[in-house]
Amino acid sequence: MRKVGLLLLGLGFAAAALVAIAGRAAAQGPSPSDDEVNAVAKQLYCPVCENIPLDVCPTQACAQWRDTIRLKLSEGWSEKQIKDYFVEQYGARVLATPPAEGLNWLVYVLPPAAFLVGAFLLFRALRSWRHAAAAAPAAPAAQVANDDPYVRRLEDELKRGA
Amino acid sequence: MTDGQGETAQPASPKRNFGIVLVWVAVLGLLAIVGVGLIRTQQGPAGVGSKPNPFTLRAFDGVEYNTAELVGQVVVINFWASWCKPCEQEAAELEQAYQQFKDQGVVFLGVNYVDTEPEARAYLERFGITYPNGPDLGTRISQAFRIRGVPETYILGPDGRLAHVKIGPYTSLGEIAEAIQAAQAP
Repeated sequence: MRKVGLLLLGLGFAAAALVAIAGRAAAQGPSPSDDEVNAVAKQLYCPVCENIPLDVCPTQACAQWRDTIRLKLSEGWSEKQIKDYFVEQYGARVLATPPAEGLNWLVYVLPPAAFLVGAFLLFRALRSWRHAAAAAPAAPAAQVANDDPYVRRLEDELKRGA
Repeated sequence: MTDGQGETAQPASPKRNFGIVLVWVAVLGLLAIVGVGLIRTQQGPAGVGSKPNPFTLRAFDGVEYNTAELVGQVVVINFWASWCKPCEQEAAELEQAYQQFKDQGVVFLGVNYVDTEPEARAYLERFGITYPNGPDLGTRISQAFRIRGVPETYILGPDGRLAHVKIGPYTSLGEIAEAIQAAQAP
């Protein structure tokens, strides 16, 4: 009887330990894959190396930052939370896409505005060239007609006749 | 009004003039922004005699240090990173200098530049550094000093002005001591 009691107690402890381990594993979640880490990393730039995305940066520091992303993903952080964390730590310059605030608005507004203005100016220029080409052959004839007194008399006669 | 060939010249409309002015204003505005950016990048690090804006450093142990409250003391501000090999050359000497001068009211602050906390803490433990160190959140402190890399050390005199700037690692304890003593001198 006593042995049965000890056996049951042992089984109870073992079951409790298994539940604790399983619970902890569930809280951490499975380890994120390299693709999941790089999906976030490619939206960030190495804070030290110029213009190198974090997913392809070969330095040890970049490997540490990718490990930070992996850790945050395994803790259930969202992509936005991770990017906000990196901005808080290292500044907005780590973002591959600058935030649309302050002077950064110019990056989003100026290129399409410049394209539209350029297209409009090109349209105006083409139209004026086309009109100039159509009017050019008629100009000398009209000038001759205005200068010649006989042609002027003829036109006047024709108008009176009409 | 006619020009030389007898053609009648069209006077420029107010609308067209306004458009031209608008385009020139936009172009000049862009050039001004580019110019300001270029001037900033060419400025170089904060120089001796300048007075950097006060900042607050939150150390890894949670204690905050505000340089505005340290006026009247010599403050040694060292920028470093765990991934920085040259920083390792001066780490031990900086700790020795801290031990030598801490009782004279000299404050040492280590600013951890674009690093990760676990590696930064491991670096501090590896070199036995005991003076306050904290992360440069958002790189605001390093931008205020316009640092170009690490390690760089800036020593504020009692008046809050920069008394000494060192780009690169110190080569000896004597070099650090000399810089601090010069900053202490009235």
